[in-house]
Amino acid sequence: MSANTPTVSKSADVLPPPTERYSVVRWLHKNLFSTWYNTLLTIIMLALAGLIVRNVLEWALTQARWDVITVNMRLFMVGQYPVNELWRIWACVVLLAFLIGMSWGIWGRMQRGGAIAFGALPFLLAIVTSDDTSRVALIATGIAGVIGYALSWRWCGILQRASIVGWILYFPILFILVNGIGGGDSPLPSVPTNLWGGLLLTLLLTVVGIVFSFPIGVLLALGRQSKLPVISWLCVGYIELIRGVPFISVLFMAQLMLPLFLPGVTIDRVVRAMAGVVIFSAAYLAENVRGGLQSIPRGQYEASYALGLSSWKMTLLIILPQALRAVIPILVGQFIALFKDTSLVVIVGLLDLMGIARTVLAQPDFLGLQAEVYTFIALVYGVFCYMMSAFSQRLEAKLHIGR
Amino acid sequence: MNANSLSTADPIIICRDVHKWFGNYHALRGIDMDVRRGEVVVVFGPSGSGKSTFIRTINRLEEHQRGQIIVDGIELTHDVRNIERVRMETGMVFQQFNLFPHLTVIDNITLAPIWVRGWTKAQAEEIAMQLLKRVGIPEQARKYPGQLSGGQQQRVAIARALAMQPKIMLFDEPTSALDPEMIKEVLDVMVELAESGMTMIVVTHEMGFARAVADTMYFFDQGQIVESGTPEQIFGDPREARTKLFLSQILSH
Repeated sequence: MSANTPTVSKSADVLPPPTERYSVVRWLHKNLFSTWYNTLLTIIMLALAGLIVRNVLEWALTQARWDVITVNMRLFMVGQYPVNELWRIWACVVLLAFLIGMSWGIWGRMQRGGAIAFGALPFLLAIVTSDDTSRVALIATGIAGVIGYALSWRWCGILQRASIVGWILYFPILFILVNGIGGGDSPLPSVPTNLWGGLLLTLLLTVVGIVFSFPIGVLLALGRQSKLPVISWLCVGYIELIRGVPFISVLFMAQLMLPLFLPGVTIDRVVRAMAGVVIFSAAYLAENVRGGLQSIPRGQYEASYALGLSSWKMTLLIILPQALRAVIPILVGQFIALFKDTSLVVIVGLLDLMGIARTVLAQPDFLGLQAEVYTFIALVYGVFCYMMSAFSQRLEAKLHIGR
Repeated sequence: MNANSLSTADPIIICRDVHKWFGNYHALRGIDMDVRRGEVVVVFGPSGSGKSTFIRTINRLEEHQRGQIIVDGIELTHDVRNIERVRMETGMVFQQFNLFPHLTVIDNITLAPIWVRGWTKAQAEEIAMQLLKRVGIPEQARKYPGQLSGGQQQRVAIARALAMQPKIMLFDEPTSALDPEMIKEVLDVMVELAESGMTMIVVTHEMGFARAVADTMYFFDQGQIVESGTPEQIFGDPREARTKLFLSQILSH
């Protein structure tokens, strides 16, 4: 630019950004074969990947004995839950599918591809399964999801509140259905918790862990910041004590100490394990939430006070919504870790998904099939973790973090 | 400016010998100030002179440690109920806007009327829309603060403070964080507010604004009021050397 020509933009200077169009060949050349050593690396890696994929496929399709999974599928899913009462579990699943379908339609309209993939899942499983009862139930699940989705498209506004109420009611309903009420002659005879197992137990531990540790963790985080020294010391003491102890010992303590602390009251073994999960998770959650609280600038507090908001209204309306939003990725990360950590309840004798895997491997018919069983377990864990993390990403996008 | 309301010599804010320390640092060293209903007060002075600290003691964002502050007949003490009553009567606008980023513009404005005054949502939104029209941005009601320019955000902040129907408005350097071309749009709103008879205390270096609407100006330095008077006195014939020096520094170009 020479010094004596002034640069004046004309309207014609407003140009679209440059677009680079790649042909496949150019893309390959740029990304994989740009230099001789990149070419070499590409070839070696391709060969290696091909070898691994071929071997895995060969094992999975010809050598692996997947009958260990299909024969024991019910065990993996629900443990020793009585066959006659299985309809209750299916009822929970169908209801869940309905709620998910409805919520998806209300809040996740943009993700239509995901909705179709997710909605097709029960139908695909229905094709794969060999058991007729399961097939019917899976188809019912799929239909419930589709109905929920369709309803929400039609009556989005009205159903918004209904679906929130539905989710809140879902958890007590889940427990009444799974646990049952009354003795043998009632329509819902109670099922002792030592029969709960498999994926059902894993998910119950996780859900209870999340639902109860969340409010407790938030209260602990707020309490830690309290100006009243007694409250803040108590919270700090709790958080640091629990964080200084391995999860297994918290589980053991919940199992052994709770009956000692509460003599005369018999607390169910599964409930004790749930208590252990909640006690442990709440301490970590409190620290994560505290991170969010500290990210709120002082001006937000001052503006709230200047408007005359009381401390608790400010906390509920201004501070927590922002603090929690800021830590959604961390919280979901913690919930995923919690989901996988529930596998440690094997230590206290509960048969969650991992525990069932061990008992299956001890069956005389299926000795030495670790590869098949653990591959299956890994897939199940993987699918659920992926769904949680995908949900978190949608949620972040929805609440436009970093807008 | 507001000659009629000034004639009723009835102070709405009374400050007597107000002191404030930050640790060992003596930030406010005996401030005396009376503000009458409808009076527009401009507070100016070098940075660190205590002017922001002072304005923040009036709604108890900072606690004074000696002296007396009485706002609309309510003395500020440790009594939380008194503090909340004073804050309901006192709107504040900050240098950094401090809008709530997770709420839309209209929700920012209606939050306090709904949750503190107990208005219905419809009632609060109606008043919020009137206020947005008054500050000139009704079309931004459904946007989030992050989508607005600085000047627009500050005008929303003014509307938010006005929604509580305060008797007093406090402005803490409301234009200092704004780009030059946006200062005027905020000052215009403030001038209109001053002319409507609102009692205002404004910490600012906008001397044009002070000359146009201030009834009384206070020059702060080192935690004390060095000089006070009408704009004519302050600009035309400042008594103190420090005032002269400061004015020459900020008006020199």
